[in-house]
Parts: sequence; C-alpha cells; structure tokens
Amino acid sequence: MQNKDVLFEIGLEEMPARFLPGTISQLETKTAEWLQKLGLSFDEVKVQATPRRIAVSILSLSDKQPDIEEEVKGPALRIAKDEAGEWSKAAQGFTRGQGATVEDVYTKDVDGTEYIFVKKFVKGQHAEELLPTFKDVLLSLHFPKNMRWGSGSLRYARPIRWIVALYGEAVIPMEVAGTTASNLTYGHRFLGETAEIDEPANYEKVLADQFVIVDQVKRQEMIVDGIQQLETANGWQIPIDEDLLEEVLYLVEYPTVFHGDYAAEFLELPQEVLITSMKEHQRYFPVRDTAGNLLPHFIGVRNGNSDHLENVARGNEKVLRARLQDAEFFYAEDKAQSIEKSVEKLSKMIYQVELGTLQDKVNRVTKIASMISDAAGVDKETAARAERAASIAKFDLVTNMVNEFTELQGIMGEKYARHFGENEQVAQAIREQYMPNSSHGALPESTEGTIVSIADKLDTIIGSMVIGNVPTGSQDPYGLRRQAAGIIQMLLKTDWQITVEELVERTIALFEEQSLPTVEREKYAEDIRSFFYQRANQLLKEENITYDVIDAVLAVQIGNYPYVVARAKTLEPLRQDESFKPVQEALGRVINLAKKGTDEGVDEALFENEYEKELYRMLQEKRSVYMDAAAKRQAKEALDTLASFTDSIHAFFDHTMVMAEDEKLKTNRLSLLNQLAALILSYADVTKIQWKQVQ
Amino acid sequence: MNIQNMILTLQKHWSDQGCLLMQAYDVEKGAGTMSPMTLLRSLGPEPWNVAYVEPSRRPADGRYGENPNRLYQHHQFQVIMKPSPDNIQELYLESLRKLGIDPLKHDIRFVEDNWENPTLGAAGLGWEVWLDGMEITQFTYFQQIGGLEAKPVSVEITYGLERLASYIQDKENVFELEWTDGVTVADIFKQPEFEHSTYTFKESDTDMLFQLFDMYEKEAKRIMDQGLVFPAYDYVLKCSHTFNLLDAKGAISVTERTGYIGRVRNLARSIAKSYVAERERLGFPMLKEGADEHAE
Repeated sequence: MQNKDVLFEIGLEEMPARFLPGTISQLETKTAEWLQKLGLSFDEVKVQATPRRIAVSILSLSDKQPDIEEEVKGPALRIAKDEAGEWSKAAQGFTRGQGATVEDVYTKDVDGTEYIFVKKFVKGQHAEELLPTFKDVLLSLHFPKNMRWGSGSLRYARPIRWIVALYGEAVIPMEVAGTTASNLTYGHRFLGETAEIDEPANYEKVLADQFVIVDQVKRQEMIVDGIQQLETANGWQIPIDEDLLEEVLYLVEYPTVFHGDYAAEFLELPQEVLITSMKEHQRYFPVRDTAGNLLPHFIGVRNGNSDHLENVARGNEKVLRARLQDAEFFYAEDKAQSIEKSVEKLSKMIYQVELGTLQDKVNRVTKIASMISDAAGVDKETAARAERAASIAKFDLVTNMVNEFTELQGIMGEKYARHFGENEQVAQAIREQYMPNSSHGALPESTEGTIVSIADKLDTIIGSMVIGNVPTGSQDPYGLRRQAAGIIQMLLKTDWQITVEELVERTIALFEEQSLPTVEREKYAEDIRSFFYQRANQLLKEENITYDVIDAVLAVQIGNYPYVVARAKTLEPLRQDESFKPVQEALGRVINLAKKGTDEGVDEALFENEYEKELYRMLQEKRSVYMDAAAKRQAKEALDTLASFTDSIHAFFDHTMVMAEDEKLKTNRLSLLNQLAALILSYADVTKIQWKQVQ
Repeated sequence: MNIQNMILTLQKHWSDQGCLLMQAYDVEKGAGTMSPMTLLRSLGPEPWNVAYVEPSRRPADGRYGENPNRLYQHHQFQVIMKPSPDNIQELYLESLRKLGIDPLKHDIRFVEDNWENPTLGAAGLGWEVWLDGMEITQFTYFQQIGGLEAKPVSVEITYGLERLASYIQDKENVFELEWTDGVTVADIFKQPEFEHSTYTFKESDTDMLFQLFDMYEKEAKRIMDQGLVFPAYDYVLKCSHTFNLLDAKGAISVTERTGYIGRVRNLARSIAKSYVAERERLGFPMLKEGADEHAE
C-alpha cells in the first residue's frame, strides 16, 4: 500500500461571505487534529472555499494507523494462581479476553503487589475504514448563525446539497444530512455542469474547466490583477479596501472585474455618501485620479466570465444611479431644512424609555458639556462652542440622509452644520462626538469635540447605570465599556486638572436633579465606581503596568488619569530597584500604622522628642512642594519629595512609641502619621507593590 | 414582457411545481407574508405549496404618485413551499429564465440577508437575490413564525414585481411600466396613489383610527377566545394596517410605537398557537395521505 491524497468537498447553498474565512481556519485546525488523533500521517491539509463549496484536501495520507503493542494489566498474582500453583479461572478468563493464552503472561510489581500482565497487539486500522468519521469534523464546525431546512433537524450554516469524498480514486462511503458522498461535483451555477473528479489531485483543474476557481488565493489574484489592469489602462487609482476584497472574494466562484460609470454631477454629493453607496450597498471599489479625487466610475466583480460584460455593467450602473438619485434628493431636501426644525423632531424620538426622548438626552449632554468646560477650566469661547455643538449634536439623526445611510451619523452632521453657517469647530465637534468609534480608534482633535464626546458618553454610561442596566460578562449591548475606555483615553490626551471621580459625581448629580426611575443610589453609585475602576485598570494593563502597581496607584481613587499613568510609569521600574526598598518600607510603615487611628489634629505641645518635631516640621515644609508637583503631574518630583521623608520616618519610629499608654500622646502621634499617610496614599498605596529583585 | 404576462408566467411555472394558485387576500396588509396563506399555513406539520400575487400597502411609502421608485401600494409575487424542496434554488432560477432573464447575460447572486419581523414574531435566514446589483427577490427559509419553531421549514420566495418589471422592461420610472400592452401602471394606479397619499398624510381621521385600532384589537381577542382563528387573524391584519396609517401620519410617538407593535405581536403569537392547536384538533387533515401510508 502507499500514501494517497484525500478530497472532501461539501456543496452548499450560497454561504454568507462573512462566514467563510472563519470556516476555513476552523477546518484547517480541526482536520489536522482529527488526523493526529487517528494516528494517520499526512503532508498537508489544504482548505479552499467559494460561496457554494468548502473543500478539504489531505495530501499524501498514510494508508493505515501504526500497529501498537499495549500492556494490559490483569488480576493480582495471588488470585491468578490457585493453591496448587496452577493458573486460576480468573487468569484464564483474563488472557482469553485479551486474545492471548496463559503462556503469554508475565508479572510485575505494582505498589507492592504482584499482578499478571499480557502484551496485547493492536493492529492499526486502514485509512479507508477511518475516513468516514470526517463527518464528525464537518458537524463540529461553528458558524455565526445556523439554520434548518426541509424536514430535517440538522442546524448548519446553509443547506448541504452534495458531498464529494475521495480516497485516491475511490469514493469514501459517507452520508451527511441525507446526502450521500460521490465523486460528482457541480460547476459554476450558469457556466458549468456536473463533473466527475477522477482523483483528488485533479480537483482544481476539473473545477476550473467548469468555471469555478476553488482556490481563494487565486481568485484574489484574479481580482487584484483585473483592478490593476484597469488602473493602468485608464490612469486611475483604485485603492483596494482589504475588507471589501475579502467579501467580494467569497461572493464569487469565477471573478471577472468590470467597470461602470455614473454621471459626473453626482460628484457634488459628499464623498462619504458616494463611497458608502458604492462600497457598503453595492460592493463596488470607488475609483480616484492620481491626486486622490473621486472619479465618476466604479469597479465591480462579476460572478462569471466576460461574455455580455457590458450588459452587466449597464445593469449595475442603473442600480447605482437610482441610489445616487435618492441621495441627491435627500441632500437637497436636508439642506432646505434648518437645524432648529430638525432639533424639534428630536423631542418626538425616544432615546430609551426610562431616559426620555433624544431631546432629553441632548439637554443632559449640553449640561454635562458645560460642567466639563467648567471643571476643565477651558476658555469662555471654547466652552460656548462646545455647548452649542452639544445642543445641536443629534440634529442630523432626523435628516433623510442619515435615515438612509445610518453609518453617516456625525459625518453628515458636520457637513450640514457648515452648510447652515455654524462655526467650524462646532461643525467638527458634531462629527467628533462619536470618536473613538472603535477600541483604540482615533480621538477627537478639537477641544470642543473632546468635551462633547466625553459628555455624550458620560450621559450614555451613567444614564444606563442609574436605571440599572449594567453590562455583565459578554452582555454590553450599548458598548458601555468601549465608551468608558474612550472617555479615559480622551482624558489622557488633555492637560485638564480634572479627576474621573469629579466628572462622574457631577454627572450623577445632574441625573439626580431629574425625576428618573432610578435604582437605589447605593447600587448605581457602586456600579459606576467599579465600572470606571475596571476600565482604568484595564487601560493601565495595556500600558504594560504590572497589576500590583495598578492596585497601588488606584488604591484611593482614579483621580486625574494622566497623572495616574505618570505615577504608575514612575513606580513600575522601581519594583526592581534596590534603592527603593527602604523608601517603600518607611512609607509603608506610615500607612500601616496610620490605620490604627485617624487625624484628630496635631498638637505640637504634645511632642516629646526631636524626631517627632522633625517629622512634623518636614511635613509642614514639604506638603506644599508635594502638592505643587502633583498639580503639575510631575510624578518623579512628587515621589522624590515623599522619598525624602525616609530617614526622618525611620528615625521617628526608632525613637518614638506611637502606641503610648497615654491616650493623648497616642492620638497625637497617630494624627501626625495620618496626615503623612494621606499624602503618600494620594500618590500610591506603596504597601501593595511587590518588590522584585532583578534576577 | 408586461407585468400581466410576468404574473401569468410565474403562475404557470409554480403551478407546474405543484403550488396551489391562490388569489390576493382581501384584507389590507403590508406584505405577502402577512396573508394567512403564508403566515398561518407555514405553521405546523402539514405540507403546503402555494403561489399568489399580493398587493401590499405601505402607507409611509406613499409619494402622491410623484416618486419614480416608491409606492403606497406595490405588488409581490409570493411563493411558499413547505417543506422546502432540495432543488428550490434551481426552481427559482428556472422561473427567471422563463421571464426572459438569461443568467449567462447577467450576474445573478445570492447575497446573505436574514429576515426578521418582530411584529409577527417571525424570523428566517436566506438571501436577497441580486440581478446585476439590483435586489429582485427575497429568498427566506422560515425558522420561526408567531413565536413558534417552523417545523418542517417553509421556504418563502417574494418577487418584487415592479422592481423586476423595471429591469425587464428597462424603465426607470415605475409609472411607465406596462401592465399590459398599451396600459401603464400610471393609467391604473396614479390616481389611487395620489388619493391614498393624500388620505394617509392629510385627511385620515386620527381619532377614528385610534378607536378602530382598539375595537379591532378587542374583537380579535374576543373571537380568538372562542377558537375562531381565521376571523381573529383578519382583525389582527386590520390592527396592523390601522397602525401603519397612524404611524405614517406621525400620530404615534416613539414610546407608543413600541407599545402598539407589542400589542399586535401578542395577538399574532396567540393566534399562531391557536391555529396549530385547532389544526391538531382537526387531526392535521392535510397530512392525511401520509397518515394513511403509515397505517398500511
């Protein structure tokens, strides 16, 4: 016997393009795992897919499993032999059961007891007996959505219509969902016919003759080549969007690139509208000139050959024309409206039942924006622009264009705001309110945009939480986590003297002024606090800060986020720094002992020794130095100031009995320590840092 | 090919595949799916194959007969086959050939499109069929209807007749389409389009429509409790159309909207359950042949 190639092809009704890349990678992994588990060796597993078929080729599969010699344990020796030293019934039964005789028996000691053993020879099975179990691999695939069809009960991505299963030239007998495997495949729906595959090696060629290019890489090359030929022939630039290319690739079995035109007058529409119509709705590639300007042409990919291609192009032109005419009509209608008229309509649109209309949301966002401007200390003009932007931020949601092209929210808002004569920064802020629109997406560039974006997100998050909608596990339908992370990322880019807690508490206060059906205050206050804490924690992890340092800097609160990051980055390398150890010890002792009391005010008259006096004097002197550094977010300087206490702290503890018998003395000393501890904790709870010596 | 001949061609084609030819259902509705010939009959284990033209009213899409693409009322050609046959895609493509659409001269694709109608508690998976980039048909395998699992699965094919005709007749304006030789859509429908739009957006009596909705809903519940499934369903359709009229006029705020949709959905769901129960009580009569075979 010799190694042979194997082919499985599953014919399906058109699979959604978005399912296929994941299906291919699952099959690559699962097929290899299946073969390894069976103990069959192979050179390569190759998975290919088109909308109507998924093919798995296994190259040079070994013809059988290796034979194995197994050791089988029997009964204990004392049971295996009778008093006369003869083999007992038990021993004979055991050996017979293993297809051996008592002649084959040997003994071994297992944990102090002798047992009898035989060697069992397991003959490897032939590949052809094992291959039908590929059905289990097929049925183990996961798809984003499954369906049933006909009278069957199988749930699969799309109905299965045929199966090809070949081991060399022989059909592998198997059946899936009532479909029996054969060596017959189906060609292109319109250009091809049924065809027989004589052996796996000829699979691609047989299909190519039937107008199916089964290999996705080859189809991609054909599409890219076709696009490049058009670029060269016409002097165009056709940027290839990877996502669109991948989708188109899995919408066709035999790609032929064509181009169509649209009237140049449509170029007066906003570019985003043209591009969305072409890319999102029709899966066309837009065409640009060498300077990057849109040209009135588009590139499509037909599922077929080049016969009657002009007919296909003309049909596609007609569809695009109807879409662009609609868009043109919407654009003209929208521009004839006014911002005020649009805003009026927002009071008829529900945002969330418990939280009122979109107008209610806009009113809240406007107040939050003013609060942020105030807390951040931005200049009056900026504050006024941010407030204006917030108060009209959602007007484009009621325009015809956004109704039709929802993905253009904000983008149309900016354009229409300009058209209606709004200030440039106001218009920009309307677009930027939705940024970042993916995790680690681009942030607003303008201060006004940053304010409106933070305000909008604070309203969404805190609004949801006060009515009890808290994301759990994978359930986060409004993307609250991403939005909270967005707020923190935006704050990181500012030089505002503002704390996350202040923003959150002042927003909560604005919500509490309204009579909303909220859950209990204790619950939402805690939900919101821990929600933002987790986001800050996560973002610090992404900055490569170790968990103990994160715990330390977030011990009291998040505070001013850029300063948290600066402190964490200052402390992170010190975990491995010998000279930091005494500092951490000294500051840590202060924190630990301070927990035994509270700050009741320090009375200098009650000091008994010079070390107490010195520590207090130093605290008085350095407090403002520390606060100054903190205000300027000078994390290094602030830590140096705290570190300068080290010797005085050690001297203090060496010479002072803090927990004195005299209550007055004790309270006074604990008050001193509490004042100092407050300063240290506002930097970090250094007791949480795990000092790691460099190995 | 004029629209009349398209309808005749499709009727002949699907009749040859064993479909009953039914007529449009005589209560206003927004889509062919809402006809009891689809919505109720696709429930339960009995086989069901049917084809019919359904005039579908979408009051909000009314444009006084002035927009070349939008209509208060358009026409759907609806096919239901339960259980869905294995060669259903081929049967569909064959119907396009009979309409004179040669696949070799065009680009025909099945593009993923999952359908959901929360008002009817219905959901399905399938495609929109593209002809040179234009959506001409919805092709759906029902998975759930009226909140119940669809078993066996029905396949629903909905041709947009005006869309398809505008391609076949190469016309950009729906009103220029020929219904039959010498008679255009404009001749037949321009006046009703204008009048229905006027009624919907300006003249309808909002108070009366609200009252009607309540009355229809009440009557639907009352007779459903008596097990009269089909009459109850007619009143659900009336509720739905009345809601659409009110909605198009902007008489229903967004909050209320959710409430009204919920009321229609609850009715549709309980009718779906009652329908299956009633068919079961009758012994699923259309399964009869199969039952006899089993008995032998």
